[in-house]
Amino acid sequence: MTERRRLAVIGAGPAGLTAALAAAARGVLVTLVDSAPQAGGQFYRQTAPELGARRPQALHHQWRTWERLRDGLAAHIGAGRVTHLTGHHVWFVERQSGTSTADDTARGSFAVHALLGPEQEEPVTVHADAVLLATGGYEKVLPFPGWTLPGVVTAGGAQAMLKGGLVLPGRTAVVAGAGPLLLPVAVGLASAGAKVAALVESADPRNLARQARVLAAHPAKLAEGARYAAELARHRVRAQVRSTVVAAHGTGRLEAVTVASLDGDGRVRPGTGRRVPCDTLAVGHGMLPHTDLAEALGCRLDGVAVAVDDEQRTDVPGVWAAGEATGIGGAALASAEGRIAGLSIAARLDSRTPGRSSYASAAKARAGLREFFAAVDTVCAPPAHWTEQVTDDTVVCRCEEVPASAIREAVDELGAGDVRTVKLLTRAGMGWCQGRMCGPAVAGLARCPETPSRRPFARPVPLGVLAREPGEPS
Amino acid sequence: MTPRTPLDLVDARPGPAFTVTFDGREITVLPGQTIAAALWSAGVTSWRTTRGSGEPRGVFCGIGVCFDCLVSVNGRVNQRACLVRAEAGDVIRTQEGTGHHD
Repeated sequence: MTERRRLAVIGAGPAGLTAALAAAARGVLVTLVDSAPQAGGQFYRQTAPELGARRPQALHHQWRTWERLRDGLAAHIGAGRVTHLTGHHVWFVERQSGTSTADDTARGSFAVHALLGPEQEEPVTVHADAVLLATGGYEKVLPFPGWTLPGVVTAGGAQAMLKGGLVLPGRTAVVAGAGPLLLPVAVGLASAGAKVAALVESADPRNLARQARVLAAHPAKLAEGARYAAELARHRVRAQVRSTVVAAHGTGRLEAVTVASLDGDGRVRPGTGRRVPCDTLAVGHGMLPHTDLAEALGCRLDGVAVAVDDEQRTDVPGVWAAGEATGIGGAALASAEGRIAGLSIAARLDSRTPGRSSYASAAKARAGLREFFAAVDTVCAPPAHWTEQVTDDTVVCRCEEVPASAIREAVDELGAGDVRTVKLLTRAGMGWCQGRMCGPAVAGLARCPETPSRRPFARPVPLGVLAREPGEPS
Repeated sequence: MTPRTPLDLVDARPGPAFTVTFDGREITVLPGQTIAAALWSAGVTSWRTTRGSGEPRGVFCGIGVCFDCLVSVNGRVNQRACLVRAEAGDVIRTQEGTGHHD
């Protein structure tokens, strides 16, 4: 009999899970490679089972969707169609040459290299005929004075710590920045017992009017927003729009933030600063896709995201991508893309073209949600002139402690015209995070477009793992 | 209305708690929590000082991407506190700079 086709899905959030289920249902052997201890990704991050949550849905919206994914995954694992590898941090996906032929343009042969264990030093390799990159995204935070104080966390980070470990960052929180993630974070913190002293959103609600046609085409999304607004009101959370946090204050840890109003051009209105005492600031300015694995494979990017075709194929044969790696848009969009990818992979590995009718409804959902989130991106863009609030002594590169003054000097006096040159001159982006945290800020201060950094490996890798010959027993 | 906690919100019944130490001080931990969650529960917000200016750092991204929360656990440095599960008896210490005295 024909050897069963093998798919490696990297990432177990909505996109990866949906794709795994769709492919497994059509006979593909799926290995789901997951960096987390449990499936769900960031959106459906689960509480550690040892904590015994009996009502976990209180921390989630769209819980029924998660239950269907979870139960479907369990069924396929039980039937031997899916293997779920948890705690596996993928650092490289290797295309193995000499195995593809002209007849196998849809597939390849791949080795997915991961690190396992609490210190992520134990090497593991997964072999597959096709790879789906469902690597998700991470939060963008633009710097402001005091943003490195303990107590300042990303909005998604506050949510992750709450969902996963049932802990709050502090007693009194301000939630601030730009983008739709701020709403569920503020609601989650308030529901769990934090006092949310303010929700500070830089967007101007009058901009909603300019996107009214697109937004009105998604009544379910508008209803979701209205539910969040009602919950915020119930928790007496004060929402301040057209506002931004201009500084965080404290000695050794956060004690207060200064919130100021923005004018129509996104500049801070002089004299509008107001101090808000708090021990937590949950801040975010949108999301960025994780693209390192795709780039290392040679996949083309479209702006900051992985470029894909109508079937979610990248331009590297045998490699698909879905979810936030291909553009930020939430769980429903990720699931639609995951379904399309899973169906495409199953067909192509069988040397067939997937019938368009099999994924027509998912393609329609994808098109609509992409349009919706493009409109949201326009409305919720960070303040246009945020760099004016970055004082010269503000640390911009958190890892290497590079202040804004060094970046400005590199650009204005030393002539750096791109992020890489700024990095070479100042060390910004050379630290552990490899520029994930400071990349957008350096680009903004350098007045360059935001482009992903080239990173050969997606994770820190011990030299011993690299030095080991392929196939050498560990 | 009674103030709630995350544990109340999800009606949690954790398994048995255990003890770790942070800079010599005993901290009670619920099972399944990361080191960052355990330290936050104990009111600790920072556990690393930066290499250059010696400023305090703790959790920032919460998902293992920023590496701000590096900490020393049982003598092993550069552990990401937001990812590493706490285990009974762990000896957690504030990490100074890179942890390698350079």
